[in-house]
Amino acid sequence: MRIAVEHLTQYRFSEPQSRLVQMLRLTPGDTLDQTVLTWRVDIDCDVRLRDTVDGFGNKVTMLYAEGPIEDIAIIVAGQVLTTESNGVVRGSHEPLPEGLFLRTTPRTLSNEALTAFARDSFGNGTDTLDQLHRWNAALAKRFPGVPDLPDGGLSAAEVFAAPEPSSRDLAHIYIAGARALDVPARYVSGYRQHEGGESAPHGWAEAWVDGLGWVGFDPSAGISPDEGYVRVAVGLDAPGAATIAGSRLGQGKEEMAVDLHVDRLGSDA
Amino acid sequence: MGTGRAFDEIWGHGGPERPRPEFAALSQWVAETPQSELHRRQQSAEATFRQLGITFAVYGDSDASERIIPFDIVPRIFLHDEWTRLSQGLIQRVEAINAFLEDIYGERRILKEGVVPAELILNNPQFRPEVAGIRPPHGIWAHICGIDLVRTGPDEFWVLEDNARTPSGVSYMLENREAMIRLCPELFRSFRVAAVDSYSDMLRETMRSVAPDARGGQPVCVVLTPGHFNSAYYEHSFLADTMGIELVEPADLIVDDDVVYMQTIAGRVKVDVIYRRIDDDFLDPLVFRADSLLGVPGIIAAYRAGNVALINAPGNGIADDKAIYSYMPEIVKFYSGSEARLPNVETWRCREPDALKYVLDHLDEVVVKLVDGSGGYGMLVGPTASKAEIEDFRRALVAEPHRYIAQPTLALSTVPTVVEAGLAPRHVDFRPFVLTGADGVKVVPGGLTRVALKEGSLVVNSSQGGGTKDSFVLLPENAPAEAVQTQTQVQG
Amino acid sequence: MRMLSRTASALYWLGRYVERADFTARLVEATVRLDALSAKPAGEAAWASALSVTYNDKAFAATGQSISQQPVARFLTLDMTHPGSIVRYIEHARNNARAVRTALTREAWTAINRLWLLFAHRSSPGGAASTLNLVEGVMAEARGFEGAIHRMMRNEATLLIQLGAAIERADNTARLLDVKYHLLLPEGEQVGGVVDRDQWTTILQTVSAVTAYRWLYSEGLKPANVIDLLICHAELPRSLAACVEEVVEQLNALAKRTGLQGEADRMARARIARMQKTRSHEVIVSGLHEYLKAFIHENAMLDAAIARQFRFI
Repeated sequence: MRIAVEHLTQYRFSEPQSRLVQMLRLTPGDTLDQTVLTWRVDIDCDVRLRDTVDGFGNKVTMLYAEGPIEDIAIIVAGQVLTTESNGVVRGSHEPLPEGLFLRTTPRTLSNEALTAFARDSFGNGTDTLDQLHRWNAALAKRFPGVPDLPDGGLSAAEVFAAPEPSSRDLAHIYIAGARALDVPARYVSGYRQHEGGESAPHGWAEAWVDGLGWVGFDPSAGISPDEGYVRVAVGLDAPGAATIAGSRLGQGKEEMAVDLHVDRLGSDA
Repeated sequence: MGTGRAFDEIWGHGGPERPRPEFAALSQWVAETPQSELHRRQQSAEATFRQLGITFAVYGDSDASERIIPFDIVPRIFLHDEWTRLSQGLIQRVEAINAFLEDIYGERRILKEGVVPAELILNNPQFRPEVAGIRPPHGIWAHICGIDLVRTGPDEFWVLEDNARTPSGVSYMLENREAMIRLCPELFRSFRVAAVDSYSDMLRETMRSVAPDARGGQPVCVVLTPGHFNSAYYEHSFLADTMGIELVEPADLIVDDDVVYMQTIAGRVKVDVIYRRIDDDFLDPLVFRADSLLGVPGIIAAYRAGNVALINAPGNGIADDKAIYSYMPEIVKFYSGSEARLPNVETWRCREPDALKYVLDHLDEVVVKLVDGSGGYGMLVGPTASKAEIEDFRRALVAEPHRYIAQPTLALSTVPTVVEAGLAPRHVDFRPFVLTGADGVKVVPGGLTRVALKEGSLVVNSSQGGGTKDSFVLLPENAPAEAVQTQTQVQG
Repeated sequence: MRMLSRTASALYWLGRYVERADFTARLVEATVRLDALSAKPAGEAAWASALSVTYNDKAFAATGQSISQQPVARFLTLDMTHPGSIVRYIEHARNNARAVRTALTREAWTAINRLWLLFAHRSSPGGAASTLNLVEGVMAEARGFEGAIHRMMRNEATLLIQLGAAIERADNTARLLDVKYHLLLPEGEQVGGVVDRDQWTTILQTVSAVTAYRWLYSEGLKPANVIDLLICHAELPRSLAACVEEVVEQLNALAKRTGLQGEADRMARARIARMQKTRSHEVIVSGLHEYLKAFIHENAMLDAAIARQFRFI
């Protein structure tokens, strides 16, 4: 599938900022099933950009801006060619061993209720892939129709008990449950092409299956990512894979607005 | 354990009447100096420390937030050949620590070969995936190591703990020497003591040697402090001062275009080498803790781009973690190809069921420590603990065994120390400092001796009422004159 | 090595705060003496003016205490609960000094630390004698600091401390004169009328100008002379003329060492030019209060220009 992404993030500050440093994880990498055809990150004011990678192998752009800055827009535009792989990630750049993704972070903290629910969902089988699919389906059933929302800052255990988790929260729950049962799991941020359109970048999970490698699971949709998904960054949790992490020097508040279009281009290419 | 069994470094096993022959001069000095005079000099040293503001803050003690560490005037002395053997062991250990860090953040050969269990590293919060794949300038990670040692006999040294993050205490080494020269000049005539005041020069050279870009000119080196409310601020300012380099706070630094600059009255100045005394967590809010108000946003990007050297490297905590410590003999052997010259203290890893059982059965004999604790907090010294304390620890151990290790209570060596009623043996430990630069590994001839001032106590931490002593390293007869401590070069 | 902007700012404020502590100590000392000499109502007025000179009148009123020696002296010296006491000035000075330890000599740092230790474990100034004791201690240690600064290398650090002190001193003297004058000569009263000798002596004591006055004016104590001395006589270190000159000198020396010259230099030079033409009798005729108000405002503008010029952060 050929997918076009247009992703605009705009920050407005109530008072002019004297400096801005941002770390952008907005550029996808190639895998066997995901080929980046074109990709651009543009900024609407004078900044200095530096391309690098982070410890997880994600492509990172450092942004440095001098003030006074009252607003800044980050515009991402590109095209990606994907093929269906049943969620299996092949040929990704993996600088870290999967064992790392067993560690807990504040955001992926489990508790007894969550772990018990995961254990029940995993079932008695011995096939890890099957267990992970069951875990995915169980969460999709328990939390149907979750939205993509801004980060609430809560732990997996907390959002497990919350009335309305977001897709990001659900991914955290998925990761927490998998890790509690000794399956390495991680957070993925990216884009998703689907019927209803998207209002924000999407987040899902990947879990490790021996012999197969990393396999994606999107509990907010109850499926493994199909060819409508574009993987951008991975991390131990959502903040670790944040599309934009920023620091500003200046007073006042900030407001963020996002405009996102993920479109399928002609079925041929 | 009683003090009686312990090896006294000056008196040997013979007691005050029959000191080790090499130290007869010290015993004579003690005998000839009236008790009141020793007390007076000691007080004079402490008054100086207070005036200079060499204070430290005690955690959880808001009342006396600024205290000085008690100073004892009787020095500890290392013979030249004792020191030579010890140095060889220290160099071997520090080289292994650097090789380990280089490996663990790069190829991870040691995990692939199963020398250290992979999950112990990968699941350890001290292993920082954020800095994986970065090779620091010149491939050096642990530029400044403080290796905590204890001694049980003339040549029996044991490593208690490695400090490869930001070991402190070097200012005490230097200020204690300063005080000794001023108050007891006669001792420096009796003994040929190696000078320690070259430490600042050595450290500055180490810093310069790891500057990323050797395009000539003087690299700009700075000391980065969290600020003057930090308990070790005196040391930070002392080091910057004696090295003649800038002491900066995070707000003084900015990163632009992957380059670190300090903000001066004349504008920005590029910074090449940063001796940072800020923990990893607070170094860069974009990479580590986002809620850190202390850090320098973008500093890790500059470091990854190879534009700045950070001393010590972020991520070093994995090398001095208490859970890794017990594997150090294997780690040293793996990278150096030979047995560790400096042994570890035997350690029971309570995460292992057999070890836990042994420890629970011998709680009144062992020392139990939190894997992630420091400063003498969260520690049980079995032989001196009350029944209630032992039972508290038993419960804690059973609940979270993986958080604890235990070690036998060693017969720590003692050094004569001034007490109310004259001199008495008190237990000591020792922290020598080892510097690693592009120009090699160096051991500073001296270090920080900490002394447990309470009779029989084995806890030397300053937060728990410990004091410090000067540590003399003796030179051979043929040592060059400039190596001998005569007068100080430390100026104010 | 170029100086850090933060260091520059801390040094400048170190100079300001030590000067402010010293000035306040002098003011308390002079007021205690005045109080001892006065009949009751005069004593109260004296303490009210001391509060006003140090911008503390409103804060003190909020405490609901009566205006008399004990509470006001305590408020101005030891009270940690508001920012206008000597102990808080010294706290600021010490924090700034700590933050720039490496730019100071040990001697200068120990002087500040000793200043701070004067206040350790002290909660009440007690009676007049012990208040005098305390403020004399502050003055002595402040002199010690000043001496230590003089013995430091005459580099940017020293110059910035002295620049801060000069800017602060200018504000203090102007404020002292403004408040006391207003208090002593209520509207409509003629300068040169019957004056309270003791009150005017207090002013001279506060700026250590008693002897200078005797040297310069053969006649007895006259308000017009006091005003002339405190505004126009650059020989007196705490006069406005001397402060204005000193600021220009420090800025010149800083420009020489750092190459930084700008707005602050221009303002300071314009001010000295005006000061050289200032005649005190004309000031009195056209309104001393207006003159001093403008001077204080201009001094604050200069302070802001200095902060910009040296990129204080």
